[in-house]
Amino acid sequence: MNLEKVVFGFFILLAATLNFGFVYGDIATPEHHDAYELFAVVVVNLIAAVLKFGDRTQIGAVHLATSLVAVLQLVAATLVWFYAVNVSPDGMTAGKLAGIVSLSAGALFANVVSVVLLVIETVMLRR
Amino acid sequence: MTSVLFLALRRLRLPIILLIAVYSIGVIGLVLIPGVDAQGRTWQMSFFHAFYFLSYTASTIGFGELPRPFSDAQRLWVTGIIYLSVVGWAYFLGSLLALVQDRGFRLALVTQRFEREVRGLSESFYVVCGYGETGSLICRALDRMGLQFVVLDIDGTRIDEVDLQGYARDTPAIVGDARVVENLVRAGITHRACRGVMAITSDDQANLAVAIAVKLLNPRTPVLCRAMSRDVAKNMASFGTDHIINPFQRFGEHLWLALHAPAVYRLISRLTGLPGTTLTAETTPPHGHWIVCGYGRFGREVIGCFDREGLEATVIDPEPQTEVGRRVVRGYGTEGGPLREAGVETAVGIVAGTDNDVNNLSIAVTAREINPKLFVVLRQNLEANRPLFGAFSADITMVSAEIVAYQSLSIVATPLLARFLGMAGTQDEPWASLLVARLEEVAGPVVAATWGVDINAAAAPAIHRVLMFEKNDVTLDALLRDPTLRVREIACVPLLLVRDGAEVLMPDAKTPLKAGDRLLFAGTNAARDLQRMTLRNVHARDYVILGRDRPAGWIWQWLSRRNDDAASTAGR
Repeated sequence: MNLEKVVFGFFILLAATLNFGFVYGDIATPEHHDAYELFAVVVVNLIAAVLKFGDRTQIGAVHLATSLVAVLQLVAATLVWFYAVNVSPDGMTAGKLAGIVSLSAGALFANVVSVVLLVIETVMLRR
Repeated sequence: MTSVLFLALRRLRLPIILLIAVYSIGVIGLVLIPGVDAQGRTWQMSFFHAFYFLSYTASTIGFGELPRPFSDAQRLWVTGIIYLSVVGWAYFLGSLLALVQDRGFRLALVTQRFEREVRGLSESFYVVCGYGETGSLICRALDRMGLQFVVLDIDGTRIDEVDLQGYARDTPAIVGDARVVENLVRAGITHRACRGVMAITSDDQANLAVAIAVKLLNPRTPVLCRAMSRDVAKNMASFGTDHIINPFQRFGEHLWLALHAPAVYRLISRLTGLPGTTLTAETTPPHGHWIVCGYGRFGREVIGCFDREGLEATVIDPEPQTEVGRRVVRGYGTEGGPLREAGVETAVGIVAGTDNDVNNLSIAVTAREINPKLFVVLRQNLEANRPLFGAFSADITMVSAEIVAYQSLSIVATPLLARFLGMAGTQDEPWASLLVARLEEVAGPVVAATWGVDINAAAAPAIHRVLMFEKNDVTLDALLRDPTLRVREIACVPLLLVRDGAEVLMPDAKTPLKAGDRLLFAGTNAARDLQRMTLRNVHARDYVILGRDRPAGWIWQWLSRRNDDAASTAGR
């Protein structure tokens, strides 16, 4: 058993599951989408992205790309959240929340691709 | 860029993750711990404010407690976070600095920059493998000719010298073994602008490896190789190496030429060499009994040359191989004993040709003391000893680095010259003396500049145009006249004309030019510049050919054409 693989798989899967947890629920209901959870998603995704640095294989490159996409989407979502809470005069509205959730749903898709890649890699190795 | 970026990211993975962890812990804490405002109401920090606060605190900027003064619970948490984040940043910066100082990383950076520079070369360039004495001579001359080149050498200190030399152009240079194909490719042997590769390292095997690599990877690129041994030279020739220079063999040939056909020798020394260098008073080696000190690769070539001319030669060598029919004296030749034994009192000349410069000088000085009339041929191995050899003033000094450098340059800069020299070697003495006199008259007592002219649309647009479209006859004479005052001739001599593969030696000035002709000239650089005007500028061309200025603008051209027509109808 390789500890590096455990950590790697852990963070990738955690990024996907947290992301799913945040997105899950009605898209415009504030009670279904927690700020702490979004924060955790961002942090775990950042770590997952950093863990993917430096792998020069083709699959490693695609891994990194999916993570970068996810981070980009999540950063956009947090910026919208920031705008809604701190800048916008009418605060968090259903429309803005829907935007945040759909952005992080996009990140979820990237994370799922990441998990699929992880599974493919594991199947290919068969060790 | 990508590989270095990824290398850096991989090395910094742990510090970055640590930073992310510290920041997220800090932010979570700040968001969770409630604050108390002036009215005693509790408030909670938003994620944004927590991140903002942590950003300026962790980076030690410290704006204070924002957005409101903190509660003691918050302050306790912040105290811990400050230490954590400073450690995190210190670790990150330390890793970053260690990475930047890392030898492997710097090598990767240098290699990458070199690759980018070579890839970005748009004008044609030469690859010079080996930046020793020969290599630096060649590079300096290439630079003076305004040509771009790339340097590859196995020794890092020599590569540093490339930067210190201060060439007019940015010269990509890299440390690397020329035997490794990857390094050659990096240096651009497969680049489409690569005009030639010069393998002039001191290692014959490396030169051989370069030649093979170039011939396999980029067969159309000409390769020039230095070979110290005849076996390697044969090997190189076997797979089509374009030019092979064996300095000892070349010197043997030159010495033979100097003995056999002094005028041809003078002609060759006038045309090969660094243009502008003053020629020393030309001395012809005398016929008679010679002494050769040192019977290595150099001595063998020299003896071969004496044999060819039918001269008697005695060898002085510490470990002579017994050879039939030749007098051999055991010794170094640095003392009077062996020299006298070899017959120095009655000899006409001596060749001091060991591979040790000090011994060579010692031989020459001792021999001259015994017999002041001796003709001395001195072999100089190291460029650093030049002042010593200059002070002795031998009749001929042989420097292998210079021979290789000048031969390579003349081949590289003017490919026609190699052809001309090959033909000149078979000409008779009066022809050569006549040409030497012409060159002396034109260029003075210095090595003449030589240049090739291709009559095509790129190199000679003005002349090519008149030949192709205006169907006028142009004679070679046009290229020998001054485009500022046509009655004056410019200081150059046409040496060779190549037309459809056939060569005409010393073409006549009345020869009509044809598109596709290739010409070789010798003369001064000033003459070359003047000639270039005639070749490229239509007005200079018209003035030289017709003796009048052609109107430049459309209106004046139209007016003058009307006048011409009127004149021709009136004439009819």
